[in-house]
Amino acid sequence: MPVPVLAARDVKKSYGRGAARFDALKGVSIDIEEGESISIVGKSGSGKSTLMHLLALLDKPSTGAVELSGRDAGALGGRVLNRTRNQTFGFVFQQFFLTPNTSVLDNVTLPLRIAGVSGAERRRRGMEALERLELADKAKNKATDLSGGQKQRVVIARALVNEPRVIFADEPTGNLDTATGAVVEEILFDLNRRTGITLIVVTHDEDLAAKTDRSVFIRDGLIVDRSGENA
Amino acid sequence: MSGLDMIRSAVGNTFRSKTRTILTVLAIFIGAFTLALTSGVGTGINRYIDTTVSSIGSNDIMVVTRTAENTSDGPAKYEPDTRNVASQTASPGTTVRAITTGELDDIAGVSGVTSVDPALAIRPDYVEYNGGTQYQVSFAGFPGGTKLNLAAGADPAPGTSKHEVAIPVEYVDALGFTSDSDAVGKTVTFGVTDQTGGSTTIDATIVGVAQPGLVGTSSLTANDSLTKALYDAQSVGLSDASKNSYASVTVHFDPSDSDAQISTIKGDLKALGYDATTVKDQIGLFKTIIDAIVLVLNGFAVIALVAAGFGIVNTLLMSVQERTREIGLMKAMGMGGGRVFGLFSLEAVFIGFLGSAIGVIGAILAGTALNGVLANGLLSALPGLSLIAFDPAPIAVIILVVMSIAFLAGTIPALRAARQDPIESLRYE
Ligand SMILES: Nc1ncnc2c1ncn2[C@@H]1O[C@H](COP(=O)(O)OP(=O)(O)OP(=O)(O)O)[C@@H](O)[C@H]1O
Ligand SMILES: [Mg+2]
Repeated sequence: MPVPVLAARDVKKSYGRGAARFDALKGVSIDIEEGESISIVGKSGSGKSTLMHLLALLDKPSTGAVELSGRDAGALGGRVLNRTRNQTFGFVFQQFFLTPNTSVLDNVTLPLRIAGVSGAERRRRGMEALERLELADKAKNKATDLSGGQKQRVVIARALVNEPRVIFADEPTGNLDTATGAVVEEILFDLNRRTGITLIVVTHDEDLAAKTDRSVFIRDGLIVDRSGENA
Repeated sequence: MSGLDMIRSAVGNTFRSKTRTILTVLAIFIGAFTLALTSGVGTGINRYIDTTVSSIGSNDIMVVTRTAENTSDGPAKYEPDTRNVASQTASPGTTVRAITTGELDDIAGVSGVTSVDPALAIRPDYVEYNGGTQYQVSFAGFPGGTKLNLAAGADPAPGTSKHEVAIPVEYVDALGFTSDSDAVGKTVTFGVTDQTGGSTTIDATIVGVAQPGLVGTSSLTANDSLTKALYDAQSVGLSDASKNSYASVTVHFDPSDSDAQISTIKGDLKALGYDATTVKDQIGLFKTIIDAIVLVLNGFAVIALVAAGFGIVNTLLMSVQERTREIGLMKAMGMGGGRVFGLFSLEAVFIGFLGSAIGVIGAILAGTALNGVLANGLLSALPGLSLIAFDPAPIAVIILVVMSIAFLAGTIPALRAARQDPIESLRYE
């Protein structure tokens, strides 16, 4: 059996202390295989984003462990974590997080700039990513001047530009109308099928979830089966 | 992120909120402008003193006088083979025991002393040119190697038998010359009354026209042969002993002597009962006072800069606040805390650089304009004085100091940015 690219082992996450303490995740285990597309589904506040942040090594679990290709991520140094997030992961957050007053191209090439890629190479790869999302003509526009659907495509271009092995997408279609949402979904699944990128989608939309290879249902910080019973 | 990208981002970010940046830069500008101007005044005055020092006398001489008798145990005893002369250093009317010819040899015997010249007090009655109006004269300057601040001509040369004199600018018109350069080469006549009441005249050639300096604005300067001739003429009728009694003598030493060697010479002279003062000693006190005043003024400017530093803290804290999400995003995408710190520090340093560079340029422009106004007004009596002068070294120091203050101010917001938790930042509304 192949080593999962990412795995959670009985992960718990609580926020706050004492009376204000809140357990967002109460013991979640999950294996994510290389190249699969998986959806994390649940109601608002169920802990989906929290789980995604833990898997993306953006946060540390209170107890339990997250494994990256079989290695305990808690034992990795800050430098390795930063490099992993910079080069192995691509992020589509719940909000766009585009830098205002900055060109579309500069927004897209941010991960490359952080990686220290040279200007010319950055431009080439940034334009390539924008072309894949049919936004090459908007490269010089201000990121904030685009429509919602265009912004979401810019965000996806930014997630792809460093050619990651895993893409995390938190509600990638949440802010979009049905037609635009369908286009964005198509782009993501196409990437997964053609390049073998691992796709982790967080959503409360069951239709989107049905298009992934596998769905994990979360309720009140626990994994449940589809019917809502504790799995 | 590569170093160049960091600098480019930092510079770009400074201009994102233009009004705020301009206001902060303005605060630094005021401090840097003041600092540059006050240190410019220090540079200008000290530079002027340095050129004036070379016109007062060369750096290889010291004036030697007899150490005053200690009179705290009652009056000094009279010694029959000594004589008194009017003191040149103590209050008017005071007399000191004269230095006599024999004692000149003692002084010359001190190691390090290359030659000894008695200071001859010459007082001709008048100077005239071509039978015109006669004017009173006074002489100043140290014998041997005097360098004047010249408007025309050259310094009177030592070691020649010719009588040479330099006159101040104000005598040029009075004596009837058409211009400074017209006076050079002309012969003037000095009238001298000797001790027997007889009058003689002595001719001398004008070799130079001197600009007034901080000292001796209206004194003439004679070379050694003219000095000697005038002294001999006025001393007719004096006994040799009287003629060869001097209130002070000038001692020459090797101009390449170190300060330590000079103080050894002074110590040896002290042991013989003489006080020695170099030109540097005389000017030193003046410079110390100027430096102290400039230091106080600089202190005020630094206070202004520290206040401006708080402006930087404020500006960057607001900037960090505004860019919380951007910082979170960059950290999520793998930017290390150190780099985030560097980015904001660079921004602070750049703001500091902008403010100080503009401030220094402003100060140079203002200083130059002010010098022009002062040279024609308040300071017109002191030609050659630029009150405000700028040296590259202090200017560079000012810019570096301001950039360091800015860096220090920037550490507070930069640390806050560097420590930001990416998740918290991304949740921030
Ligand atoms: N920093 C925090 N401090 C306290 N509670 C938090 C914090 N972050 C998240 N929570 C809580 O943890 C729970 C899970 O949050 P999470 O963002 O994972 O929900 P979600 O499933 O992504 O919801 P949504 O679909 O609305 O995005 C929520 O009840 C939330 O209030
Ligand atoms: Mg969420």
